[in-house]
Amino acid sequence: MSSQEENIKIRTSGVTVHYGAAQALHGIDLDIRANEVTALIGPSGCGKSTFLRCINRMNDVIEDCHFGGKIEIDGEDIYSGEIDVVELRARVGMVFQKPNPFPKSIYDNVAYGPRIHGLASSKDELDHMVETSLRRAGLWQEVHDRLHTSGSGLSGGQQQRLCIARTIAVDPNVVLMDEPCSALDPIATAIIEELIEELRSQYTIVIVTHSMQQAARVSQRTAYFHLGHLVEHGDTDRIFTNPANKQTEAYISGKIG
Amino acid sequence: MTLNFLVICLISLGVYSFLFGRYRIRKVTQQVSVKQHSRDVYHATFLAACATIVPLIVLIVWSSLSPLVLNGLLEVQLQNMVGAATVGEMGVLIAQTKAFSAGLLNPAFVSDDVKQAASYYESLQAASDTGRALLVLAIGLVGLAFGSRFLTVRFTARHWVERLATWLMIGASVIAILTTIGIVLSLVFETIRFFDSVSVTEFLFGLHWSPQIAIRADQAGSSGSFGAIPLFAGTLMITLIAMVVAVPVGLMSAIYLSEYATPRLRNIAKPTIEVLAGIPTVVYGFFAALVLAPLLRDGGSDIGLTVSSESALAAGLVMGTMIIPFISSLSDDVINAVPQNLRDGAAALGATRSETIIQVVLPAALPGIVSAVLLAISRAIGETMIVVMAAGVAANLTANPFESVTTVTVQIVMLLVGDQEFDSAKTLAAFALGLLLFIITLGLNILALYVVNKYREQYD
Repeated sequence: MSSQEENIKIRTSGVTVHYGAAQALHGIDLDIRANEVTALIGPSGCGKSTFLRCINRMNDVIEDCHFGGKIEIDGEDIYSGEIDVVELRARVGMVFQKPNPFPKSIYDNVAYGPRIHGLASSKDELDHMVETSLRRAGLWQEVHDRLHTSGSGLSGGQQQRLCIARTIAVDPNVVLMDEPCSALDPIATAIIEELIEELRSQYTIVIVTHSMQQAARVSQRTAYFHLGHLVEHGDTDRIFTNPANKQTEAYISGKIG
Repeated sequence: MTLNFLVICLISLGVYSFLFGRYRIRKVTQQVSVKQHSRDVYHATFLAACATIVPLIVLIVWSSLSPLVLNGLLEVQLQNMVGAATVGEMGVLIAQTKAFSAGLLNPAFVSDDVKQAASYYESLQAASDTGRALLVLAIGLVGLAFGSRFLTVRFTARHWVERLATWLMIGASVIAILTTIGIVLSLVFETIRFFDSVSVTEFLFGLHWSPQIAIRADQAGSSGSFGAIPLFAGTLMITLIAMVVAVPVGLMSAIYLSEYATPRLRNIAKPTIEVLAGIPTVVYGFFAALVLAPLLRDGGSDIGLTVSSESALAAGLVMGTMIIPFISSLSDDVINAVPQNLRDGAAALGATRSETIIQVVLPAALPGIVSAVLLAISRAIGETMIVVMAAGVAANLTANPFESVTTVTVQIVMLLVGDQEFDSAKTLAAFALGLLLFIITLGLNILALYVVNKYREQYD
């Protein structure tokens, strides 16, 4: 038990979110372990994306969105007054549902984060960061000879890997993924899933997905959300073979959702 | 038959054809058990189009050509009656005849020849009107009869109406294009006439503008000078001052409105700024002339500057204010059109709001912003009223914004107000100025398009 305690990267307790008068999350308590992939599953509108966006405070910009409860990353309360949101987001990267490369060159897309955070002191160092990030995202082979062409000229799957490269270029320790494959074809999806598996050794990954097969394939832990409640969470193998909750079982077996 | 009555007849024919087509297709369908291809309304529209479009074209062509033919016939008739006459005399006679037949002249002052010619002209006109009416209505009826033979159950009237709609739209675009070409051509031809009396080099490179031409040979100061440089320098300076005011203010207010302001504030502030665009320019003009220009003059003298009471600065500042809403409103729209997921992407990397705006949003919105600025520049170059009132009409060649200058558009107005001889260099200079202005704005637009295409950052 104590070894697991040490391994906990993100600890959320009593997380509630209101959009105006509507409550989207009802007291979520979830511990997310380091160097694991945690999948958040559940039907549309269950609050899994909202929960994900709480972890890097992306909900801050939404008007009328109110957060309650506590989220700690490495024991530090990220909603306390001392936290610099800009720095938090450099530590907690995010990949979105729809690939959203900036309308800039591939190089500038990846270099954007290091540049705004002043991570590279020389052009060579920046070049190196860009190359490393693209290599990690498995995109280097495909784009190394056209780094200065526009990122929006890539295919959907390549764009999504470019977004992953852009995210890891600022060296975060948590990567949040909000349905990263929902706009991609099965082949591109398989490539991204392999990539997630490789990235797991260095990052803590939280992924929202609508595909139960994907959750089963890529994650070690799974959390099932329903109507703003965290219904059940645990090892992925157990959730998918022997769910404790009837709702979870119904969703996983395709009876609801 | 008068034109009005004929048009009413044609419209009635169209309405009748529509109703008849609907009646006809319903009746045809009742007799068979096949499913009708197109709805009744398409058959009716098809028939109405058959009965009206060709007659309408004939009507327009006849009406625009008949005055020419009638004039020619009248001229021949007058020549037969009065014998040889100079072009000028003949022109007077034709004008008299027409005026008399229209009842504008007192019969006591008109010669018998003209009275005779007038009755001849009237008979010609009557014949032309009758011929026109008969031809138009006959073609309409033939079209109706011809079209109604098509109205069968499987007739694809829906597609024919679709084709008709396409051609209507093509026609509309062609009208717009032809009008543009016509205006440019008229500028070109008058400009060529202008360059018969003034050399091209003097116009393009001359440093002195003083378009006073003597009306009589014995008048003092008979030869004018037509160097356009001072006018274009003045235009350039005032436009530059206006853009220095309008671009930063307009762009920053657009950024504030789209990125920072709450929706409620935005809903109030945006229309308020747009009110600026609704103020007539003449109001801006007297504001500039009566409030701002004296203020600048007095303020200037307080700090030891000589500011003329009509200055380029006053006109430029007010013009800049006038075009703020063009830039802010259009830029606001294009900034809003930048996808939210780009902003989210930057925010998720830890970019601050202003970093996101400057490095991600603005580059993506650049083409739209440039076209907003271009539109504003065109407005500034074309603006006349403010300059007349606030910057004066003196064609000074100066780089000092505190002096009075004048612009191309103001000089075009000055050239054309009052009594004019249409063939004097002074009048024709207006066309040359207009053409040059047109070429310059066109060049600016092409340059900007090129710049935008080269540097644009395209999303999706």
